[in-house]
Amino acid sequence: MIEVKDVHFTYPTGVKALREICLAVQDGEFVAIMGQNGAGKTTLVKHFNGLLKPTEGEVFIDGVNTRNLSIANLSRKVGFVFQNADYQLFCETVEEEIAFALRNFGFDEKTIKKRVTWALNLLDLMQYRKTSPFMLSGGERKRVALASILAWDPEVIILDEPTIGQDYHQKERLRQFIVQLNTQGKTVIMVTHDIEFVADCSPRVILMSQGKIVAEGVAEEILTNVNLLAQASILPPQITQIFLNLKDLGLPSKVINVHEGKKILLNFLGAPA
Amino acid sequence: MSVFEGLRFRRVSSPIHKLDPRVKFVYVCTAFVVAVMFNELIPLLILFFIQIPFILTARVQREWIRSMKGASLLALIIFVTNLVSRYLYTGHVWSVPLVEYSLGMTFRFIVLVESFSIFFLTTSPDHLSLALEQSHVPYELCFAFTTAVRFVPVLAEEAQTIMDAQRARGLELDRGNFIKRVKNYIPILIPLIVNSIRRSLQLAEAMESRAWGASKKRTNLYILKLRGGDFGIILFSLLTLSIAIYAKRYILIPSIFAFLPI
Ligand SMILES: Nc1ncnc2c1ncn2[C@@H]1O[C@H](COP(=O)(O)OP(=O)(O)OP(=O)(O)O)[C@@H](O)[C@H]1O
Ligand SMILES: [Mg+2]
Repeated sequence: MIEVKDVHFTYPTGVKALREICLAVQDGEFVAIMGQNGAGKTTLVKHFNGLLKPTEGEVFIDGVNTRNLSIANLSRKVGFVFQNADYQLFCETVEEEIAFALRNFGFDEKTIKKRVTWALNLLDLMQYRKTSPFMLSGGERKRVALASILAWDPEVIILDEPTIGQDYHQKERLRQFIVQLNTQGKTVIMVTHDIEFVADCSPRVILMSQGKIVAEGVAEEILTNVNLLAQASILPPQITQIFLNLKDLGLPSKVINVHEGKKILLNFLGAPA
Repeated sequence: MSVFEGLRFRRVSSPIHKLDPRVKFVYVCTAFVVAVMFNELIPLLILFFIQIPFILTARVQREWIRSMKGASLLALIIFVTNLVSRYLYTGHVWSVPLVEYSLGMTFRFIVLVESFSIFFLTTSPDHLSLALEQSHVPYELCFAFTTAVRFVPVLAEEAQTIMDAQRARGLELDRGNFIKRVKNYIPILIPLIVNSIRRSLQLAEAMESRAWGASKKRTNLYILKLRGGDFGIILFSLLTLSIAIYAKRYILIPSIFAFLPI
């Protein structure tokens, strides 16, 4: 469980990136953090594995204050997938890349081998096992980065902008994959601008603006609240926009799922669903 | 990274910022020459202190202190190396001149860092490029130089992000013996270098596609011209240099301990 208590954070340059953040993420929850550029999303999630320590206030991971644990120690529990995979790839082969973190955490060679194979299969990277990560495409590099984090099986997975640069097909696979991780009991926290992606996942949504949390709640409530979204410079999902415009017909306005929307419309039009 | 911080230009307006960069460069060269001329502590101390008013006038003291902090480790190494080598060289006796000599060497370094950081803290990259161009340096070279300067902070920021990313994968930078610690930096250096090469290729492509170098003769919106303050600094530099040469030739520079009750 992650608890954030009255956290303020100021960068050494004097930028106040977080103000009065209070938040609790339960084990096994699925959370999406949204908000405009510079809202402080990345800054907030960097507190969850100790990369940043609050200037004021405390962050607790499973009841332990992050000030008292090293980043390596916290990372064992909280896996952080960075926005840009190019910031972490450095090994000669994909296989080595995935094994790197496992070596740091002191797994034995036999376990490392098993885990690497497992992670390669999981993300469909088996054919690149011996390839240099630098020779892969952007989307593939991102998957290698993800595999290298999942390999040590952290309880919490943080994804910073996971959908950037992924084609529709990969995005859909990523979504299924994230949902699957979550149903297996992992806590998933993702930072994203991709509202359609969030609508499809339907997690708990946290809206941030100018270093503060401006709203939180289930996706159906937040993503259909036009005023709230405008505050965070976000447009509602397309399906929601349609239903908001059809409000006069007496249709429900809190729709974020395309399949659900289809059902309601067909019902309304009297066609057999 | 704090050394880089100290070289990072921030747009402030002050009499020092308004000076012609060429003049400031003359001043830095003067400081450099004078610092190299003397081994003794007293002139180097004087050189250190006469630059402080410039820093205060330019209101860059905070950044300057940060860059000095960044240089302090190197200064310490210089001090210790000098002290130990002199000690071994002069026959294993500790003496006051020994310490003074080492302090002098350290201050020579500090003065150099000080004047360079004044120069970089108060000169915008655009100004610098303009100054180079008007000194008839080929434009390609000016451009390469200013781009390099401009990308230093970007690189520093990127290094920080890469460190974060690798730490999140369990890398502990300050663990193990010396060799292990150096090796720990490999996962940081490789992405940093690869990204820099990628970025330079991208930059080249972006420039080509914006017709870089299409016209042979370039014109500038701003032209640098010497003004009152600039002549003042030139005068000051010449004066410092003449005093230094005079002192070097005709004055026996006393030990600082002649003035201190030791
Ligand atoms: N290393 C840093 N040093 C100084 N200021 C920073 C640093 N990183 C971020 N900031 C500032 O902190 C604020 C919040 O940045 P943050 O990266 O958390 O935003 P974000 O919500 O992740 O934005 P984006 O959607 O663009 O990723 C911004 O104003 C940014 O300029
Ligand atoms: Mg971000």
